[in-house]
Amino acid sequence: MMQRKSDIFFIYLLAGMLLAGVMVIHAGVRRHLDIPLLNQRAEIVRVLGLTDLCLFTEARYTRHPSMADMGTPFQDHPMALEHFPSGAIMPVPPHLIQRTPK
Amino acid sequence: MSAIEKQRHIIDFMLSSLWRRKGKNLSLVVVYTFVIFLLASIMFFSHAIKKEAGLILKDAPEIMVQRLVAGRQSFIPDSYADAIRKIKGVQSVSPRLWGYYYDGQNGANYTLMANDDLRDWPGDILIGKGVTLRRATATDNTIIKKNDSIPFKTYDGAYLMLKVKGILPAASALVTSDLVLVSESDFRKIFSIATDHATDLVLQVGNGKELSTIAAKITQLYPDTRPILRTEILRTYDAVFDWRAGVIIVILSGAFFAFIILAWDKATGLSAEEKREIGILKAIGWETSDILLMKFWEGAALSLSAFLMGILAAYLHIFLTASALFAPVLKGWSVLYPDFRLTPFVSPYEIAILFFLTVIPYTVATIAPSWRSATIDPDSVMRT
Repeated sequence: MMQRKSDIFFIYLLAGMLLAGVMVIHAGVRRHLDIPLLNQRAEIVRVLGLTDLCLFTEARYTRHPSMADMGTPFQDHPMALEHFPSGAIMPVPPHLIQRTPK
Repeated sequence: MSAIEKQRHIIDFMLSSLWRRKGKNLSLVVVYTFVIFLLASIMFFSHAIKKEAGLILKDAPEIMVQRLVAGRQSFIPDSYADAIRKIKGVQSVSPRLWGYYYDGQNGANYTLMANDDLRDWPGDILIGKGVTLRRATATDNTIIKKNDSIPFKTYDGAYLMLKVKGILPAASALVTSDLVLVSESDFRKIFSIATDHATDLVLQVGNGKELSTIAAKITQLYPDTRPILRTEILRTYDAVFDWRAGVIIVILSGAFFAFIILAWDKATGLSAEEKREIGILKAIGWETSDILLMKFWEGAALSLSAFLMGILAAYLHIFLTASALFAPVLKGWSVLYPDFRLTPFVSPYEIAILFFLTVIPYTVATIAPSWRSATIDPDSVMRT
């Protein structure tokens, strides 16, 4: 019979650590089980020659950011500013920034 | 009394002391847990999606060649492919035909792509999971099935009815949700593209080390082209998810700073009651080291509890509830957002960083003011 608060405290800490351990094991098992799924996705990318994840479909440069060109910010007319909301959370790809003349 | 027994007595006393101020301490643990939950969720999410993007796109084309006209991407003539094929180190060059199609019925944009497997099947299409929802409305859940037909408006305003030959696997929605695979002839019919032009070229290179040399040779041969390397695609997605995690952290930074101030105030400033408690303990014979030990256990108990509960809740949130809290930020305005489940790639390194940034500072911060009170004469502490 446990009467002391310290016993309950240690059991609580142990249970927390055990759950954290279960979390790591669960992640490992799920990763293992997901290997065929990830391979299937990679195979589709290889076979179809795809280049980007389908995260935003509203603008061509947020649908295929890696394919975007330097004309993107002015796509509507000269001096036009990029205005699609997803542009705010889809940053300019690093290779485009590096190619921008300073 | 053994060392372990002594620690247990100190912990018993510390827990009773915490329980006496239960309202204050419980509210601190709740806020502390919530802050760790948010930070861990952001870390789990960005690490898992970066890892997944890297694995999925590892077999993306090695080099793509676009043609730019007046600063914009334009169709590339087949003659470019013939010349690029002759560059030493290039194994194959295949033209890709792809583009965007706006569906007026539901306001969605699709990615249309010509597919070699449909070459002998003009009139047939393969569609992604998102496209099957084109008829669905708030009240009607009708989805497009195999053998249904979808009208596509061609460049001259006429409609081309294309039959759904199959639906791409739901598991691949992260890359194919908005995809419509058509035959080359149908693609050219819809967009009126000359038969000797393609959207871009895909290159296969024998030696991965030659990629940048071949890219340089292509731009030398055709200055109006722009080669894109696979490494650039992969870096794009690293940047995208680092940026997104950064955006969420910036939005939440106000809450984080408020918590840091609250925790700092709680940890470093002892209340009059706590000071009197330390004074009484000293007066009845506790050593300064015993008081510091008690305060260490107090800080460790609060911060460890918050840390364990925070990371467990974050794991459940990201990997078992499909990021329910972040989903609206991600889904945003895309009509055909894929319904995908992340594989739990958990980085022990990031968990360790979170531990050292949250548990250790709080525990250390609780000891410092106690040391000051514990070294003052008990009589004067009790009188204040």
